[in-house]
Amino acid sequence: MGEFEVHRVRFFGLVPAGVRCMAYQHNGRRLALARTDGAVEVYNFAANYYMEKAIPGHQTRSVEALCWAAGERLFGAGLSGDITEYDLERLRPARAVDGFGGPIWSMAANNDGTRLAIGCEDGSVKLFQVVPGGGVQFEKNLDRQKGRVLCLSWHPSGTHLAAGSIDFIRVLDVHSGRTAQRIMVNCHVPKSKKRECVVWSIAFLSSGTVISSDSFGRVQFWDWERGTLQDSHTVSSSAALSLAVSEKEDSIVVGTSAGATYQFQLLPVKAGGQEKRWVRTKPFQHHTHDVRAVVHTPTALISGGLDAQLVIRPLMEKVQKKGYDAALRKFTLPHRRLVSCARKARLLLFQFSQHLELWRLGSTNKTGKDGETLPLSRMPEHLLQLKSKGPEHIYCSCVSPCGSWIAYSTASRFHLYRVQHEGDSISVKKVPGVPKLLLPAYQLQCASDSGRLFIASDRGSVHVVQLLEPGGCKHLHTLRPPAGTREAVYLLASSADGNWLAAVSGDWEVHVYSLKHFKHHCTVPTYSCAVTALAIHPTTNNLFISYSDQQLFEFSIPEKQYTAWSRAVQNSGLHKLWLERDSPITHIAFNPKNTSQVLLHDVYMLCVLDKSLPCPQPLPDDSAVLVNQSTLKQLSEPARRRQLHAFKICKKFQPLLFADLLDERCLVTVERPALDISAQLPPPVQQKKFGT
Amino acid sequence: MHGARAVFSVGARFLLCASGDFVKMYSVATEELVQLLRGHSDLVTGVQLAPHNRLQTFTVGYQLLALYALPSSEDSVFVIIPKSGERDTFQLVSVKLTKAAGQDMEAKELSVVLEGVDASPKCTAFGREGEYVASVKDVNLQVYFFKQKQLNRFSLRATNKKGGNNVFTCVACHPQEDCIATGHADGKIRLWRNFNHKKEYTFSTLHWHHDKVLDLAFSLEGTSLLSGGVESVLVQWHCGSDCKRDFLPRLGSAIEYVSISSDGTFYCTSHTDNRITIINSNLRFSKTIQGLIKARDVKTGLVVDPRTKALVLNGEPGHLQFYCLQSDKQLYSLDIVQQEYIHQAGLNQSDLVRVAFSAQGKWLATVEEREETDLELQLKLWFFDEETQSFKLNTRISMPHEDHITAMCFRDTDEMEDDSLMLVTTGRDCVFKVWVILEDTDPEAQQSLSWSCDFVGSYHSYQATNCCFSEDGSLLAVSFEETVTVWDSSTWDLKCTFCHPPGKIRSICFGRLTCSKYLIGATDHGFLCCWNLLSCALEWSAHLNVVVLQPDPLSEHIAAVSWLFKESSLFVFKPNEARPICIQRKFCKERIQFAAFVPRDVPETIGSEKYLWLRRSQLFFLTDTQELMTVSTKSAQERLTLSSKQLAVEESLPVTPFSLLLGKHRHQQSQGDVDLGKIVHHHHEQDSPAVKELLHTPAHVLPSASFLCPIFINSLLVSKENKSTEETPDEVEMESEEAEDDSDEENSVTEMKQEDKMPLESLGETTHRLSKSEEKELRKIRKVDYSWISVF
Repeated sequence: MGEFEVHRVRFFGLVPAGVRCMAYQHNGRRLALARTDGAVEVYNFAANYYMEKAIPGHQTRSVEALCWAAGERLFGAGLSGDITEYDLERLRPARAVDGFGGPIWSMAANNDGTRLAIGCEDGSVKLFQVVPGGGVQFEKNLDRQKGRVLCLSWHPSGTHLAAGSIDFIRVLDVHSGRTAQRIMVNCHVPKSKKRECVVWSIAFLSSGTVISSDSFGRVQFWDWERGTLQDSHTVSSSAALSLAVSEKEDSIVVGTSAGATYQFQLLPVKAGGQEKRWVRTKPFQHHTHDVRAVVHTPTALISGGLDAQLVIRPLMEKVQKKGYDAALRKFTLPHRRLVSCARKARLLLFQFSQHLELWRLGSTNKTGKDGETLPLSRMPEHLLQLKSKGPEHIYCSCVSPCGSWIAYSTASRFHLYRVQHEGDSISVKKVPGVPKLLLPAYQLQCASDSGRLFIASDRGSVHVVQLLEPGGCKHLHTLRPPAGTREAVYLLASSADGNWLAAVSGDWEVHVYSLKHFKHHCTVPTYSCAVTALAIHPTTNNLFISYSDQQLFEFSIPEKQYTAWSRAVQNSGLHKLWLERDSPITHIAFNPKNTSQVLLHDVYMLCVLDKSLPCPQPLPDDSAVLVNQSTLKQLSEPARRRQLHAFKICKKFQPLLFADLLDERCLVTVERPALDISAQLPPPVQQKKFGT
Repeated sequence: MHGARAVFSVGARFLLCASGDFVKMYSVATEELVQLLRGHSDLVTGVQLAPHNRLQTFTVGYQLLALYALPSSEDSVFVIIPKSGERDTFQLVSVKLTKAAGQDMEAKELSVVLEGVDASPKCTAFGREGEYVASVKDVNLQVYFFKQKQLNRFSLRATNKKGGNNVFTCVACHPQEDCIATGHADGKIRLWRNFNHKKEYTFSTLHWHHDKVLDLAFSLEGTSLLSGGVESVLVQWHCGSDCKRDFLPRLGSAIEYVSISSDGTFYCTSHTDNRITIINSNLRFSKTIQGLIKARDVKTGLVVDPRTKALVLNGEPGHLQFYCLQSDKQLYSLDIVQQEYIHQAGLNQSDLVRVAFSAQGKWLATVEEREETDLELQLKLWFFDEETQSFKLNTRISMPHEDHITAMCFRDTDEMEDDSLMLVTTGRDCVFKVWVILEDTDPEAQQSLSWSCDFVGSYHSYQATNCCFSEDGSLLAVSFEETVTVWDSSTWDLKCTFCHPPGKIRSICFGRLTCSKYLIGATDHGFLCCWNLLSCALEWSAHLNVVVLQPDPLSEHIAAVSWLFKESSLFVFKPNEARPICIQRKFCKERIQFAAFVPRDVPETIGSEKYLWLRRSQLFFLTDTQELMTVSTKSAQERLTLSSKQLAVEESLPVTPFSLLLGKHRHQQSQGDVDLGKIVHHHHEQDSPAVKELLHTPAHVLPSASFLCPIFINSLLVSKENKSTEETPDEVEMESEEAEDDSDEENSVTEMKQEDKMPLESLGETTHRLSKSEEKELRKIRKVDYSWISVF
């Protein structure tokens, strides 16, 4: 008989939205990514590509273009016709300015980030000044020609703009506002075969070369002054949708609708010679659907597709040393917890973009051997579906451990429901008189006795709300960090005895509050990486923190210092294989019976960390393997003892969205097989495959 | 035509290709064999034009595995040689050439360029202006820069996640840019660039081939890349783009080598079936130079087409090749199966198994079979159409027998009428069937003649294995396992049976001419039996493990090839006497599969009694490894001029079987009859020059016919007088002929002709007389002159 009885949940029908556009900020090494549902995410490359910030989408607010301007300010523009500046501290759209040109298809910032150009449906290109305090101000209209402007690119000097439309490219003089050059893209196509040629993406190099990718699958290089074609490469039989240039302008990456990305490099024709030519070099096929957005960083090619994947393909020749950056990374699932679990009631709450689903876990009365699948005596039951009203998407949700309270928050509203279980029937009642709080809430957490609800809010504050029977609530207190911060709290953890609450704000500060006295207790020493998950041990009240660089810390709240185990781990260092894992740990749970066991999970593995066992020592030659449980099981007894280490890793459940311990014998895992996601996507571009 | 890339001469007028021990020079325009370059005593492994002297060629042979010549390094060439002391390791060395004129060069100064290269010439290539050399082996690519003296190594993973096989198969370098193309075992082509950087190198991938890329070649300007593989499709890639490519499909068989002429007007592909295809640069098929096609399995045996005297056997899959032995060329290939052949392992496809010609070559019968779960058989009868000069399908009979057809023969009657024509097929379904022509009376019918079954015979439900008609066509012998039955072909009565247990009958044949009363049979228990048909009794029998029994159609001789102790021996005998005329023991180490007598155009005069049987026809053998061999009476030098040699020679053979045969042959001759060879030689010399002269001189430079007539007739006359007296007038005549020519206006042409003769002689006998450089000079002149003629 195995150690745990596992509820293997596969009925969470989450379909992540496709990637629409991306923008990379070189200085801060951050990638902003917009999804087709209007959600905007910010990935921090310095922190192991952790999804640092997420702004949920909005039904009417699609994002067609993103750009960073004026340092670290993020602007988005979409088909609603507005230019939106995002407040990355409060994680919501801050201001919106109407472009007055119909839907906006493209937006580009100049090199110094002082001006934004937008391309509109009506064929106009408008310039906006980035106002230092916040927002943008209309500056001028450039020459307008019929045909929507699908893509824009500034000349690095900022004097000219290249704009791609249907069938032609225009080069605009920014100063005079006139069209300096107009290039027809499909003049080489015979008239009989003429189809509409959509210029999907454009790039303007400092040498005066304009690179365009179009719906014929061509990547073309133009001399803008003469308007002549320099070079043309057909990369795909379907459209070439996206294009990005490296900072040194010696390499470009092109994404096509067949899911392939191609790299072009400017290479010398002869060694040591002056003549250089663009050569198509590496093809990559990581996506199954349209690659709508590509980014070229100095060391990697990043592509995002409609299959919701974000792929970071490092350029091996540019990576200095082997390490975390030298491996291919693929992100499909968000680095956020979308599942909350009512342990006592054995309920799971799934958070979708605009609704919540409450499920009761199935149960069995049989026992079996290790690895055996048990027959269900009661099927899992879909109890409830809560649809959020309005166009806004859900920020966060939570179910109380007893299963009788459900709370969720959108950008402007906070909802609390009382769920009554009467036998098999269930009734939901909205709790009236919810206190008016500063919204949105970024994280919700119920106390283990279901008596209190903690609401993470902006400026580092946490609201404590008392849940009252039979269906009411009362705002008790608002906890604020002593020094104050501008960043919102995005992670919460409360202790089982109800005395402590830990909160992490966007500046990665971990504050611990005493709930007895509603006052700040201590601050965990700052660490230079994002916190991905934290939890307080039910018996020892040790705070367990995992960071995005895969480090683990244990902090004793009563003693206000790191525990001895944590210091020992830091001294010896963690195993290389552990540190080079793909995805961050998104949830931490504890075994209530065995105090030394900690359950950690990321997308690809589940780990039971046994603090009583020695940590695997990282050897100087890095040859030691991090043996996982299934191989350990096959080893002989002495070898097993030798290989035994604290990290008991199980990779059976993949990709894992959530894992938690219901009790000391019972584990629940929520998986979302990649096949199920791709089955929900529209069929990809038909491609003939040899041998089929 | 194997073992090395074919090379175009400057101006793309000639094509040089290695063939066994020789280098053959073909004309690109007419696909004729122009010249045979000799000099090697072993397989020629590489041919290269000398980069500076446009008319020199380098060839390499024994122990030198590949050869490269660069325009930038005038006085040295690069060769791949085995590393001394180690097996299976090879190195690329640069060899300094001595200025000494001469055909053979002894190179002393060697300097190693690259170690651990692949032995195949396809795996090493020189880059732009000879600045670097790229060599691939397994999954490693090495690039050596001569100027910088820098060696870069790149390696790939042996297999990738998608099951690709990254092993390199060939390499080619861009002629003008720093770009290397490599072919891989999984059909991918990689284009490497920036390889002068150890780390920032990059490559792109082209993928169309589904199996190994066998060869690559860049076009002259490097704008396109040609690749070939087992798909027998030549692929042209443009500008290194994956999307733009052109194909030349249906090239017959796998492409082994691809080469490009120096002016870029022609491409040439060498195929595994012993063929060279010349292709125009616009990917239009131009010419093909076809040797004897090496079929996967020769099932039809060697058959002689009575009309063209060509050897007929399996060619391309589903095709019948007509191979002219005199001109060493394929006459044509007849598509029998008429189905597209699909290159895929494990696919059962129709194949040709039996072929028979009627006596005059008017009718051709073919049997094709396809074996899947059940057998599919088709008997096709083809009629020779005089208008189109090709065979036309007349009748198609599906499932003529229930089981495999074992033998098939026409009734050999000299009459021209069709109604006496008869075809007999024997099958494993224990019957033999007789097919005759029916005349269709229906005027609406498209063709008046068609074949149908006339008689079905069987004998005790034994499997019918062989059939044979007597010379006059009155008797049919059919063997049923251990028994030979003789049938009257007019009434279909069983006349008599012969049996010589134990052992099943392997082959049977009737005697001819004076020996037509005998029936010969060979059993698989090692007996050769001769029955007298008049007395119905066994005349004689011999203990001999006969594998092939072949009667000569023009004489009473019968050739039997035995297989004993892994060696083949030839016995030629007349059925009326049990003593063989000629015994050639152990002439070949391989098992002989088939044999055929090919009638000579002109009966040869043969002095030796031992070889008298070869007077009217020549005997050819086909071995297991598909080498074609012949028994010849001529001596070494002349043998070389005869061009029907080993054509589908296995590359690995250390000594060509021809020379093997020859050596044995001569050895035995010298043992038995010391001066025999000399006599033969003498005879040949005597009668040939006049006729040869007459036939080889272009028509427009010949003197008047009335002048030539007496010479010609004189030469053909079999002299009754003393041989020595005949010899002198002949010589005189020749002299006068040449004198006459000289008096003509066309002096230059005559000169050429004279010179034409000289190297032939000098090569033939008196090599020592002319120095090598002089010979080369002559050859040079000759080349020029030929081309000049072709302008006319």
